[in-house]
Amino acid sequence: MSVDTKSILIKPIFANNPIGLQILGVCSALAVTTSLKVALVMCVALTVVTAFSNFFISTVRNYMPNSIRIIVQMTIIASLVIVVDMILQAFAYAISKQLSVFVGLIITNCIVMGRAEAFAMKNPPVVSFLDGIGNGLGYSVVLIIVGTIRELFGSGSLLGIQILPLISNGGWYQPNGLMLLAPSAFFIIGFLIWVLRSTRTEQMEKDEFRIAAHTVAEASH
Amino acid sequence: MSSKDSVGGTLKVAFLLCVVCSIVISSAAVILKPLQEANKTLDRNKNILAAAGMYDPAVTPEGEVADLFAQFTPRIVDLDAGEFLDETQLSTLGIDPATYDQRAMQNEPELSDALAGDEDIAGLKRRVRYATVYIVSDAAGEIQDIVVPISGYGLWGTMYGYLALEGDGNTVKGIGYYDQKETPGLGGEVTNPRWKAQWPGKEVYDENGDVALSVIKGGGQGIHQVDGLSGASLTSRGVDNMIEFWMGPMGFGPFLKNLTNS
Repeated sequence: MSVDTKSILIKPIFANNPIGLQILGVCSALAVTTSLKVALVMCVALTVVTAFSNFFISTVRNYMPNSIRIIVQMTIIASLVIVVDMILQAFAYAISKQLSVFVGLIITNCIVMGRAEAFAMKNPPVVSFLDGIGNGLGYSVVLIIVGTIRELFGSGSLLGIQILPLISNGGWYQPNGLMLLAPSAFFIIGFLIWVLRSTRTEQMEKDEFRIAAHTVAEASH
Repeated sequence: MSSKDSVGGTLKVAFLLCVVCSIVISSAAVILKPLQEANKTLDRNKNILAAAGMYDPAVTPEGEVADLFAQFTPRIVDLDAGEFLDETQLSTLGIDPATYDQRAMQNEPELSDALAGDEDIAGLKRRVRYATVYIVSDAAGEIQDIVVPISGYGLWGTMYGYLALEGDGNTVKGIGYYDQKETPGLGGEVTNPRWKAQWPGKEVYDENGDVALSVIKGGGQGIHQVDGLSGASLTSRGVDNMIEFWMGPMGFGPFLKNLTNS
C-alpha cells in the first residue's frame, strides 16, 4: 500500500474526521447511538454505502452530464441504501427494526453526498472506494465513542451485556436518563470536537467575528 | 459542448441509470423477500409466545420458536358479532388466518370503521372489523390460552402488543409490547420484565362483567390493579386505556363473553 492510499484511508479518522472537522452526518449520530450494537450496524451500513457509492459514481463520472450530476449521484446512493436496508431486513431483522428509518436516511447523510461530490467526481474508482471506507471509519469512530458512553451510562450495559447493575434490578447504579435522549449526544459530540481541536490545534477555526476596537473615543459618550 | 452534455446524451444517461438501478433493486427485493417474510413471521410468533410467557429471548433457543408456536391456532374474530368467522365467511372475505395482517387492515376502508371521539379511548382513530386471536387448545378441545392483539396511543406514538389470557377469558397470563416509541428508561419500561411480571394472575372483569383491570400509580395490590410506571403517567394511562378499549364492548369483550358462556 503506497503512502498515498494509506493516507486516504487513515486521514478521515482523526485528521479530517467527517463529524469532528467537517461537522457532517451529525443527525444520524444522535439518533442511533443509544445502544452500541445499533450504532455498530449503522457504522457498517454507512461505510458500505459511502464506499460503494464513491466507487460507482467515480466509475461513471466521465459519462455524467453536468446538468443532472447531483440527481445521478442521488439515484446511485438511494439504490445502494435500499439494497442495504433490504439486506438488513433479511439478515438482521431485530436491529433493522431498531434502526427503522435511519438506514433509509443514509440517503440524505451529508457524508455520502459530500464525498461523492468532493472526492469521487475527481478521482479514479479504487481510490474513491478507499476514501469512502476511510470516511465511513471516521464516522464510525465517533459513533462508537458516543454509543459506548451513552449505553454505558444510560442503561448500564455494553452491547446488551449488563456492566453496571441497575437499582431497578437490585444493583447500585442509577441510570442517567439524559444519556438516552438526543441532547446528550450533542454534549458528547461537542466535547469530542473540543478534545480533537485542542489536541490538533490546526483544526481550530478562525473566529468568524471579533469585536472591533472602538472607532470613536471613549470620552465622546 | 460535448455529446454527454447534449439533451440527447442527458436523456440517454438518465434512462440507462434508471434501468440499471431498478434492475438492481428489484432483483435484491425478489431474492431477499422470502428471508424477510420468514423474519417477520418469526418475530411475530416470538412476541405472541413472549406475551403468553412461553418464550424468553435469553433462554429459549431460536430453533424452538416454530415448535412452540405450533400449539397456537390463529383464528379470525368478528369483533362486533364476537364470534369466530367460519370457513365460508373467511373465503368470501378472502382472509387467510395465517397471513392476515390486522395492523395493515386498520386503514383499509373495507375492513375497518372510523371510531367516534368518545369511543376512541385508545387513540386509534379506526378499528378493524376482524381481528386475529391465537388459541391454544388441549387434547379435549378445551381452550387453554387466548392471545389477543392490543394497541393504543401512549405518549409518543401507538404502542402495539399482545395480551395473553387463560381459557376462562378473564385471568391474565401475560402482556408484551413489540412496537412502542415511549421514552427510553421511563415509558419504555413497558418492556421491562419486572413490570410485566405484575400482570399474570390479574383478572380483567369484575363480577358484573365490566372491565375492571386498570393501571394505577401506586396500585398493584388488588386483583384488578397493576402498578403504573414511575415517571411515565401518560404511558401508563395509554396502557390503561387500551386494556379498557380492547377488553370492552368495542374490542374483544363480546367475543370473550361468548367464548366463556358456550
